[in-house]
Amino acid sequence: MAGFSLKRATWPERRIGPGEAEERRRGRGQDVRGRPLRQGRRIGREPRLSLRLNRRPIRKGQGASENKASLALYLHIPFCIRKCHYCDFVSYPGRSPEQMAAYCRALGKEIALAAEIWQPGPAATVYIGGGTPTLLPASDLEHLLAAADSCCGRQPGAEVTVEANPGTIEAGQLQALASAGVNRLSLGVQAFDDDLLQAMGRIHRCPAIYQAYDLARRAGFSNINLDLIFGLPGQTLDDWRATLKAALALQPEHIAAYGLQVEEGTPWGKLAAAAALPRPGEELELAMYQEARALLAAAGYRQYEISNFARRGCECRHNLTYWLNRPYLGLGAAAASYWQGRRWQNHSDLERYGNALARNQLPRAEIETLTLYQEMAETMFMGLRLLAGIDLEAFRQRFAVDARDIYARELQKLCQAGLVEIKDGCLRLTEKGLPLANEVFVAFV
Amino acid sequence: MSEQKNIRNFCIIAHIDHGKSTLADRLLEYTGALSKREMVEQVLDTMDLERERGITIKLQAVRLQYQAGDGQVYILNLIDTPGHVDFTYEVSRSLAACEGALLVVDAAQGIEAQTLANVYLALEHNLEIIPVINKIDLPNAEPERVRREIEKTIGLDADDAILASAKTGAGTAAVLEAIVQRVPPPRGDREAPLKALIFDSIFDSYRGAIPYFRVVEGRVRAGDRIRFMATGAEFEVAEVGVFTPAPRRVESLAAGEVGFLAASIKNVRDTRVGDTITGAERPAKEPLPGYRRVMPMVYCGLFPVDAEQFDDLRDALEKLQLNDASLRFEPETSVALGFGFRCGFLGLLHMEIVQERLEREYGLSLITTAPSVVYRVVRTDAGVEMVDNPTALPASTLIDHIEEPYVEATIMTPKEYVGAIMELCQGKRGNYLNMDYLSEKRVALQYDLPLAEIIYDFFDQLKTRTRGYASLDYELKGYRPAELVKMDILINNEVVDALSVITHRDQAPYRGRNLVENLRRLIPRQLFDIPLQAAIGSRIIARETIPALRKNVLAKCYGGDVSRKRKLLEKQKEGKKRMKQVGTVDIPQEAFMAVLKAGKS
Repeated sequence: MAGFSLKRATWPERRIGPGEAEERRRGRGQDVRGRPLRQGRRIGREPRLSLRLNRRPIRKGQGASENKASLALYLHIPFCIRKCHYCDFVSYPGRSPEQMAAYCRALGKEIALAAEIWQPGPAATVYIGGGTPTLLPASDLEHLLAAADSCCGRQPGAEVTVEANPGTIEAGQLQALASAGVNRLSLGVQAFDDDLLQAMGRIHRCPAIYQAYDLARRAGFSNINLDLIFGLPGQTLDDWRATLKAALALQPEHIAAYGLQVEEGTPWGKLAAAAALPRPGEELELAMYQEARALLAAAGYRQYEISNFARRGCECRHNLTYWLNRPYLGLGAAAASYWQGRRWQNHSDLERYGNALARNQLPRAEIETLTLYQEMAETMFMGLRLLAGIDLEAFRQRFAVDARDIYARELQKLCQAGLVEIKDGCLRLTEKGLPLANEVFVAFV
Repeated sequence: MSEQKNIRNFCIIAHIDHGKSTLADRLLEYTGALSKREMVEQVLDTMDLERERGITIKLQAVRLQYQAGDGQVYILNLIDTPGHVDFTYEVSRSLAACEGALLVVDAAQGIEAQTLANVYLALEHNLEIIPVINKIDLPNAEPERVRREIEKTIGLDADDAILASAKTGAGTAAVLEAIVQRVPPPRGDREAPLKALIFDSIFDSYRGAIPYFRVVEGRVRAGDRIRFMATGAEFEVAEVGVFTPAPRRVESLAAGEVGFLAASIKNVRDTRVGDTITGAERPAKEPLPGYRRVMPMVYCGLFPVDAEQFDDLRDALEKLQLNDASLRFEPETSVALGFGFRCGFLGLLHMEIVQERLEREYGLSLITTAPSVVYRVVRTDAGVEMVDNPTALPASTLIDHIEEPYVEATIMTPKEYVGAIMELCQGKRGNYLNMDYLSEKRVALQYDLPLAEIIYDFFDQLKTRTRGYASLDYELKGYRPAELVKMDILINNEVVDALSVITHRDQAPYRGRNLVENLRRLIPRQLFDIPLQAAIGSRIIARETIPALRKNVLAKCYGGDVSRKRKLLEKQKEGKKRMKQVGTVDIPQEAFMAVLKAGKS
């Protein structure tokens, strides 16, 4: 594949723009004069905070050295065969092989550029999501992984996940991925129910799920996740139970059970806006959620996040990075990053994405520098998604304040309402708080 | 300064949508006050609110220069009038500055109730009325029928009514000629001591308070020392000018002319609308009659969502009151809502407009309680109390009886809706007075109605039942005793004083059901069941429950979602902040107006 060569030496005489020189210094943890960068941060407008925090703006957990120890790398493949009726991810159906190849070349370039600027160190986790990554030929995925390896490196025992649509999998492809070091497969199963699958606009049916799963096991994948969705239009509690049982019968290592979110702008969102989407309703959705929790727990899957269940030791380490609110780099169109106290998102538009890279520029669309208050809020509402909760000592280490002080009023209310509890040094949602998590999260923003 | 015989002061009377603003634009364009390129549609309606609602609230005055058929150049001062029934007071302000009025009537719709009321006002002021039948370009235009309606209802000779289309420009020249020929020139001794009537005032942050006025006698020029007769405050005039419609400096303004002056007046209170400006050296003996004070007919509570905005709210109300003398307010304390103001308005539209201006122009976030009329409460000890707030109603044991205000309502409608309107009026405790055929197709109905019924949902119902074809005007007629009771609303078993209403005993069950049903829809579910009850004394007459929220969780939250998720949560939190916590229940602003919304039943 011409031009798709990823050795860092490929770009020796690249010109560096003024903005990027700055990024490079920041990436190395240096200021304009090359001195070590103080990780100072604008402090949020919360008055209680400014009093407490102005003494200690330097924080652990965001320094370059720590990033090097645990890079979480996300690569986005924005292609699929057809958009599902509920999907609001950035994904473009019906692109030609040439367009997809060109995108991979651009993504390869972004990997090299990002690695050069951020010097993030070897990856502890790599996650290739989409869209439908398995729509790409195995060779393209191999090239992308090779690019990540040569530019950043990969830690021994790194978790490398690829998302796969059961309708697009081939035996040879899976074997190639396994040889390229992919050791975790996430299958977008959604339901073991052909009628529901059709209603959702999925391209696959039940037989394809079994076939894909079988091929994955044969290719040697010993860590497989099945994505399932409940609360679908027309879905009954019995339908959902049947899907759960069928999933359990396959004995995957990991199951994600998502409640359907109807998003604006999707076909289902438009139907819902016209009150023409027969949704199960809150009580039934809640019953489905509790049914999933009970059945999966009984089968030995530990719930470790609001929607995620795993056999012990098989929790998704990449997603844990998000929930623990630790830094990650997301590359590819529309991918989001959280790095050195800033969040940004890449251009969603493929042309703009490609054009930026053709000029050797990071294809970033929006950059937001978080205030300390925002960062704490995110740490709270992401961390509370984990059943283990937030380690209050870790929070104190990171922000130099105790969450119990800074959110004293909020926590008192939430504890009184029985939505959260503090146990063994951790703040977590209670059984009652779990399905009402948003009511809890909103207290911290 | 222009010679009096070449000045014409006029206004335009028209129903909403009958084309007043478009005609005004046409006149401006024709006389070259604005080139076509400069024209912004409907120049006279400058407040955003006015353009959005298609109504005129504040007065505007524009000077046009017109060369008439006789070869002479005339100064035409167009003073805008509001068309809505609530603003009768403002109408009389503009009428007092004119000698003539264009009566604009839609050629397809005919004369409407509010137009009629304004025409009567104009006749009281001895204005020359020039009927203009507008929109003759419409396919369903019936100018002859409308001509007969004008003759029948107003008793005007409509033979020389002008047929016009403000849209196409047809008739514009004829309108201008008629103004010159038929509207009398202003009179008033230009050598007498200055007497100028303030009909509006604005505040300009650079030049201070600026009164708009009509000079009735004498003259005023830059450098003059003037005195405001009500306050006695004196100022030196820095500038006099006219609106063309852009403000333009003139040397002086004399009897018959309309314009503004700037005199570094720091306080808007000094330029009180209705006051007379005179000269400090040679003052007039008597001020001009000014305007009759109007009594507010509708009261409601205005409370800041954020208690810290109380002072801002008071400042804003004071500012609005300066050129809206009809607005009344005094401090009010509510158990549920804290500190706020009890405010009096001319009507519901007036109330909505004041509320919207407070929110938009002054950045306030407000809770408005249900509007109430003023009740006359006769106590057992024969004492009489005027009560404009349900919570101020004395204990029932102290009340001999309660009287409520009645209005005489005039409804004009195509005749096919007469049955539906009669049914509506009967349901609203109305007494039939009279019915009159305006033409073979249209009818004027007269009813006695309790004002409280009109402010409830009468307008909405009238519109629905007549597909928008009927128009309404009303006039206060006095007080009559009625079987009235106070209905309380309990949320989570606590009486929320701000939701109490006074209602007719027979209608209480229906209104109670309606109200709690609306509340159930408007109050978001919370973490516990919330009982909602309507009660008269200790008797519960309606009940609903808002079930506890059981599930609110976003299933997915991946890396890319974090910012979006945070913003979503921030928005949710912002929404919560805009709610008022009463006891343990968060109640949104709209809920306090729920009493006004008719139920779906």
